[in-house]
Amino acid sequence: MAYRYRSPLTRADVTPKHMYMNRRQLMAGSTAMLGAGLIGGRAAAQEALEPNSLEEITTYNNFYEFGTGKTDPASYAHMLTTEPWSIEIDGMVDNPGTWSMADVMEGMTVEERIYRLRCVEAWSMVVPWNGFELADLLTRVGVQEGARYVAFETLMRPEEMPGQQRAILDWPYREGLRLDEAMHPLTLLATGLYGDPLPNQNGAPIRLVVPWKYGFKSIKSIVRISLVEEMPEATWNMQNPREYGFYSNVNPNVDHPRWSQATERRIGGGLFSGREPTLMFNGYEDEVASLYEGMDLSVYY
Amino acid sequence: MIDTLNTTLRKLPEWPLYIIGFLPAVWLLWLGVNGGLGVEPIKELEQQLGILALQFLIASLCVTPLRRYAGINLLKFRRAFGLLGFGYICLHLLTWLALDMVFLWSQIVEDITERPYIMVGMAAFLLLVPLALTSTKGWIRRLGPRWQKLHRLVYLAVPLGAVHFMMQERVWTAQLITYLVLAFGIVGIRMIWIRRRRVAR
Repeated sequence: MAYRYRSPLTRADVTPKHMYMNRRQLMAGSTAMLGAGLIGGRAAAQEALEPNSLEEITTYNNFYEFGTGKTDPASYAHMLTTEPWSIEIDGMVDNPGTWSMADVMEGMTVEERIYRLRCVEAWSMVVPWNGFELADLLTRVGVQEGARYVAFETLMRPEEMPGQQRAILDWPYREGLRLDEAMHPLTLLATGLYGDPLPNQNGAPIRLVVPWKYGFKSIKSIVRISLVEEMPEATWNMQNPREYGFYSNVNPNVDHPRWSQATERRIGGGLFSGREPTLMFNGYEDEVASLYEGMDLSVYY
Repeated sequence: MIDTLNTTLRKLPEWPLYIIGFLPAVWLLWLGVNGGLGVEPIKELEQQLGILALQFLIASLCVTPLRRYAGINLLKFRRAFGLLGFGYICLHLLTWLALDMVFLWSQIVEDITERPYIMVGMAAFLLLVPLALTSTKGWIRRLGPRWQKLHRLVYLAVPLGAVHFMMQERVWTAQLITYLVLAFGIVGIRMIWIRRRRVAR
């Protein structure tokens, strides 16, 4: 069902297109205000919930399929062909098969969702996605009794994704959600950004967005969705299970073994952007805390 | 030819190297202020300063092998390389404290006492403090043979610096492997020399 979630960040919070294109100039003029913001501390941080510019969202990406540098995806993602595109939907579903993008999109209501995105590396952005709820697709696919998890897979095409030519991760990239997480109204399949089709470096043509989890859970350029009974493999979890749990919910009280998760840097503030406190479940505690009732989140991190 | 090169090198003054070596810092700051370091300039500045520190320290450790294997004498510039390396570590640390952590002392203290990669980096910095302080001609004279012994701490500090780099990375990158090989290689050569000397005795 569309429109099950209403963001407290409204359309008025989105920078108009002609303005975000010129945001750098605007920012240069607001350096004095930034200084005042630093003194204001936490209160000021809360007020500044305005989506990041298109430039910021599209030039600072973790998409190791195109390289490990933050600007590698912006440099190399143009190599990727996203048309035609299809998703293999299989496992415990009533309508398995190869779904073309047209099949997938049929009857889906694409809406705008302005979500915070918190990377496990302790930086964050606010992104105006366009997409539909994963629940709507799963309902159409028909989830069978006994399915408990949803597994996702990214495209494997080393000739178009140069990062895949080296075994830095166990390709193809895989992720997974518990079925109730997948069915949650906040869980989105995004196909656009700022009202335009998703740029390749952000996971075109279709990607997952799970705003209360660290960014790496939100798998990009999806080619396979499987409904399964057992907890599926997840790439970062396989790489280092101690550092990247299956759940990977944003949690300021559970640190990454190597660094603190208590605070984060909001991208876009320049050299003096400072740090903001990280919010429980990335600020979506009211919406999702009930999913984990009774679970020790320091054990199931 | 090496002789003419060494004669020319001997004639060159040491001080311009400090100015040239400091230029990358000015350049980075200029880029940072003008948006040339990308949308997350703090991390970029911090990492670039750390890498420059490693580069200068590794350069200072290349002086002796260069003389031994190629006959090129850069001994006169070794101190400048070392001090520049130390200077970049100070800038790196300052960037971390002021721009990255914005003086959030509780988190800073927690990082220093609990995060191994910060501890390793701090250890490398602290090991280099006495070396920077005793880098003057006066101290070299006063300490005599003990000066050389003290300055062997750099053999520990440089690999620690590379390990500090490694401990923050999420995957093995070519850049990381390069610095690990250089840092451990340039110190490893010394270990081989020391062992040979012992055997010879």
